Amino acid sequence: MRLLTYTEALREALAEEMSLDRRVILMGEDIGVYGGAFGVTRGLLEKFGHKRIIETPISENSFVGMAIGAALTGLRPVVEIMFMDFITLAMDQIVNQSAKLRYVLGKQAKCPIVIRTPAGGGRCYGPTHSQTLTAWFVHTPGLKVVAPATPADAKILLKSSIRDDNPVVFVEHKLLYPIKGHVPAKIRTVEPLGHAKCLRKGTDITIIAWSWQTQEALQAVDELALHGINAELIDLRSLKPIDIETVVESVKRTHRVLITGEEPPMAGVASEIAAQIFEHVFDYLDAPIRRLCCPDTPMPASPFLEKIAIPDRQKIVHAVLEMMGVSSDGTSERKKGKRKQR
Amino acid sequence: MKDVKNKIKNSELLRWYYTMLVIRFFEQQVEKLFAKGLIRGTSHTAIGQEAVAVGVASAIKKRDYVTSTHRGHGHFIACGGDPRRIMAELYGKSTGYSRGHGGSQMMANFSIGFIGANGITGGSIPVATGIALSIKLQKQHSVVICFYGDGASNQGTFHESLNMAGLWKLPVVYVCENNQYAMSMHVSRAIPVKNIAMRANSYGFQGIVVDGNDVLAVHNVVADAIQNARNGAGPTLIECVTYRLSGHSRGDPRIYRSREEEELAWQNDPIKRFKTFLQNEGILTPVQNKKITAEARRIVREAVQFARKSDFPPPETLYEGVYIQ
Repeated sequence: MRLLTYTEALREALAEEMSLDRRVILMGEDIGVYGGAFGVTRGLLEKFGHKRIIETPISENSFVGMAIGAALTGLRPVVEIMFMDFITLAMDQIVNQSAKLRYVLGKQAKCPIVIRTPAGGGRCYGPTHSQTLTAWFVHTPGLKVVAPATPADAKILLKSSIRDDNPVVFVEHKLLYPIKGHVPAKIRTVEPLGHAKCLRKGTDITIIAWSWQTQEALQAVDELALHGINAELIDLRSLKPIDIETVVESVKRTHRVLITGEEPPMAGVASEIAAQIFEHVFDYLDAPIRRLCCPDTPMPASPFLEKIAIPDRQKIVHAVLEMMGVSSDGTSERKKGKRKQR
Repeated sequence: MKDVKNKIKNSELLRWYYTMLVIRFFEQQVEKLFAKGLIRGTSHTAIGQEAVAVGVASAIKKRDYVTSTHRGHGHFIACGGDPRRIMAELYGKSTGYSRGHGGSQMMANFSIGFIGANGITGGSIPVATGIALSIKLQKQHSVVICFYGDGASNQGTFHESLNMAGLWKLPVVYVCENNQYAMSMHVSRAIPVKNIAMRANSYGFQGIVVDGNDVLAVHNVVADAIQNARNGAGPTLIECVTYRLSGHSRGDPRIYRSREEEELAWQNDPIKRFKTFLQNEGILTPVQNKKITAEARRIVREAVQFARKSDFPPPETLYEGVYIQ
């Protein structure tokens, strides 16, 4: 397998799907010569021309709505919203139109649109260019929500999203774009959305993450191993539908859960996962579920403050050590193995 | 009215008259049913706006598309929607167009090109514009009619979408039903320019004001605009000046306008005007009028009976159709 960046993997998925299916078109701001604000669509204009790479004026609500109209009449538009913060401008079309059409209008209506958008902080863009608004869409029946964490998944899940007949919000993360990883050149069967992946097998605790937090958690798991803690890492990949079975199966084995999500804590994705774990496997828990989220504040611009706000590998390590009763020098009061037999 | 009618067969004109009556009786029936508490929720009736619906619908061809508004029963009936299934949807029954999932403001029949009413003011403007983009990209010969109102003319989507339609010369005709009121707000308090049609100039296409209570005038102007759009000349904005004779929705006390104003508006009732025209031209005899009126009433009665007799959707349908599996 070749090493590609997350950006290249997304671009490859777009190019492949556009070559395979003439109905796939791209819409968005500055996605032509400029290649999109983060360069994902660079080079696609030369390949596919202005009829399929449709550069729009700054009119989010209407170009998302136009994608819906185009989807209802046979096309499969992939829309780019330059920053996830700007998706607020298109909320009516996403929530009140795309998400409801099938439910209300029945089999005659099919709305296969993908809305790609970069979320997240880490680049000091400040309160209106660093938000992660993913939970809003998870909260909306009729939408699917995907948040791939690796270059391979960027390609695999974007292809799945484009082939899905439902509206999909495809959440990227600004810090993921330059990340390199092995990406399959050929994907024979496109998997349906809704499957989590266990990235590290472990026995002591289940760490649940998605998007950029999965990258942070991968490093945290390695560091935890140095402390003698064998952590399992589940990358959710799809947030709606959510693969709660994989989570539950893991928690049954590890009895401890840390959920790390770059999002405000109230009514978030992490809250939802915690609630579902309680409902399904409360009896298996040896410790309270712990969430690592951003504070309930807007995202600050200052690099110093932003770093405090966003969960990262150190915070994950620290939280897990606390949960396991291990001090950060690894010496004392380890509670592991205390669990009674069931 | 006169110069247009030569092109149109008398039988066709009588069909328009009949459809206008069906819409009128249907909407009056809806108001009655609400008053009696037999249907729930909300509903926006189009009494007084029948000439716009019929004038436009009579100008479209097979494979053209129509998007509608929250005040959409009339548009749907004029486009060929089945009054029985529309009424059943208002009753929340399983035989309704949206199986009870949509209600008054969300129903469609794609097979006749009716993409649907819309519960959000201005919500259908981008969708209509996107259909026009799709038509152009797929090199089809269809045209989209986008109904919207004076209220929606102040939504951001109006500006955004008309800008793109003008930019890319999309095959869409924006039909503005200026019925004078956005709920309770008179258009003069909401729009600082003389008419909405002149806004089209900002987007590089033509805006036309037409008497929206003159079905022949509406038909004529819309037919020309459709022809232009089909020929690749791009969009047109047609402002049909009309009057919402009914209240905004169920339970509107109409305290924002006088009964005298309404009385005056009733004198300009589009159905009365068309009937007078047809009678003066010798197209509609008293016998025919009686027959057509009775038939329109029968259709509406039948719609109510159909809706009443239909079953509520089975409970499991609450969960059906959220996703395509």
